[in-house]
Amino acid sequence: MQKITKEVYLKWYEDMLFWRKFEDKLAAVYIQQKVRGFLHLYNGQEAVLAGALHAMDLTKDKMITAYRNHVQPIGMGVDPKRVMAELYGKATGTSQGLGGSMHIFSKEHRFYGGHGIVGGQIPLGAGIAFGDKYHGSDAVTLCCFGDGAARQGSLHETFNLAMLWNLPVVFVCENNGYAMGTSVERTANHGEIWKLGLGYEMPSGPVDGMNPVKVAEAFDEAIQRARKGGGPTFLELKTYRYRGHSMSDAQKYRTKDEVEEYRKIDPITQVKDVILEKGYASEEDIKAIDKRVKERVSECEKFAEESPFPEKNVMYDAVYEQKDYPFIPHKL
Amino acid sequence: MKTIQFREAIAEAMSEEMRRDESIYLMGEEVAEYNGAYKASKGMLDEFGPKRVIDTPIAELGFAGIAIGSTMTGNRPIVEYMTFNFSLVGIDQIINNAAKIRQMSGGQFKCPIVFRGPTASAGQLAATHSQAFENWFANTPGLKVIVPSNPYDAKGLLKSAIRDDDPVIFMESEQMYGDKGEVPEGEYTLPIGVAEIKREGKDVTIVSFGKIIKEAYKAADQLEKEGISCEIIDLRTVRPMDRKAIVESVKKTNRLVVLEEAWPFGNVATEITYLVQSEAFDYLDAPVVKLNTADTPAPYSPVLLEEWLPNSNDVIKAVKKVMYK
Repeated sequence: MQKITKEVYLKWYEDMLFWRKFEDKLAAVYIQQKVRGFLHLYNGQEAVLAGALHAMDLTKDKMITAYRNHVQPIGMGVDPKRVMAELYGKATGTSQGLGGSMHIFSKEHRFYGGHGIVGGQIPLGAGIAFGDKYHGSDAVTLCCFGDGAARQGSLHETFNLAMLWNLPVVFVCENNGYAMGTSVERTANHGEIWKLGLGYEMPSGPVDGMNPVKVAEAFDEAIQRARKGGGPTFLELKTYRYRGHSMSDAQKYRTKDEVEEYRKIDPITQVKDVILEKGYASEEDIKAIDKRVKERVSECEKFAEESPFPEKNVMYDAVYEQKDYPFIPHKL
Repeated sequence: MKTIQFREAIAEAMSEEMRRDESIYLMGEEVAEYNGAYKASKGMLDEFGPKRVIDTPIAELGFAGIAIGSTMTGNRPIVEYMTFNFSLVGIDQIINNAAKIRQMSGGQFKCPIVFRGPTASAGQLAATHSQAFENWFANTPGLKVIVPSNPYDAKGLLKSAIRDDDPVIFMESEQMYGDKGEVPEGEYTLPIGVAEIKREGKDVTIVSFGKIIKEAYKAADQLEKEGISCEIIDLRTVRPMDRKAIVESVKKTNRLVVLEEAWPFGNVATEITYLVQSEAFDYLDAPVVKLNTADTPAPYSPVLLEEWLPNSNDVIKAVKKVMYK
């Protein structure tokens, strides 16, 4: 893994802040009804992505996740304007406006979605790793899911098969404490999700998911193991989301005090504190970054606003590789 | 030409395609060391090795999802279900992932995969092992559904299915694996989405597919002796359906019986019935009759199973009904 230098800290700060502000903007335009459907925000979990990206080889490694998926593709290299446009349902979106909030994909940047069924992407992630192993690639796939998905059968079938076939995959449970409104404690007789890997003899462990350094170190070990043929790892990232499960969530299942406790260990604040403490940047420099982030978010919004909606034929053209679709005529 | 069993047609199609394209592999329960639960992959482990002919544990959801995921890195898997009854455990992966990844990604990822195995009843296997879900899969945009009825069609269509860049459900029958038929010595493929007139006739059109079509053949033989000429159309592909072949035949015979081994509510026969009333209404001389299983889970007892399934006598009665005889 590359050393965690001043430049890394500054990149982390700007990236994480951009992700946070990008999603804050999504929440704002959602309230204005410019973005519709469900909207699941990543606010609070940014250290997981920042640490993971640092440990990955972004020229070949891959990522797949669930529906809390707006910022991961941006981290992988996708133009955030196109992600914003997807949420606006515009033709310039990552899926031409067909996917929406829950289904962001980028083949070019090896981001494999964006999946709406809880746990449904877990075997897909192992399958991507299966394909890489089959073709002799040494790429590693990060297969991410939430604490809710840990209770799906798909996780257990996939863990077993991934160990049986020694696949180059890192299973990443981002435990933000709640599966929608149900706390982890209410979904099993113990809350240590990482222990689910032990029954398959998979290297497994908990990670402080609010600190990108801790995250990067844990991911580096897991990714190197997979790359060298050592098979899967299961990491449980203990993290937190400040916002509700989706925009319609009144959050009656937790207290405001609890949210405030986590804000004290906010990943962005933690990184900023190190930057200032070590003199990597001045308050002035930080302000300049904050300003730049705000401008970049505004550019995304402007791009999405000004982009055209898709042509109607896109709806048919995307379903099959076969060209003569639809098979059944639609409107009279 | 040579005469081979249906199971050999399946194995030949898979093996020929795997020799042609390294990205194809076969995965499923008992496909490798056991040579297939119905010996439809006999000899393939020996030829292709364990990297490409892969035994799985009993985890239909898990291995379906892994196979689908591998299409995203360039593989073209063939997934065998021991029966499509077991596909229900993994159907989320088929409906929510295989059928939708291309659309959800705005066309970035294609999903060339074949799910194959037997469908419908196979003797006294009772409620959970006798079901036909052709209409479930055919209802889903993004999938194609093929149900051949003889070794020649099976081999040609399976090769096309494996070469197809979209996900294909390929449905066979435990009771057809031993059926023998002629296939060419050399390479051939058959087009997906094209029905075949298995018998030409002028009085009544019978549309069917899969193993139950044999009941139509039996009925047609009997009816011929009575001077009634049946045209039998084998759909071969349920989705996309060869709508033109059906409509043209009905325009010629003016009468239609649809024979499908499936529960009666909202099935493939229902779709055909709608099609014909909308596109050949003025040509019909009698209401369409559809023959399906009883609207119950499959019973075990032989007497009850016989009552449950549509048979050649039912076809004869239906033909006479649409002929007002």
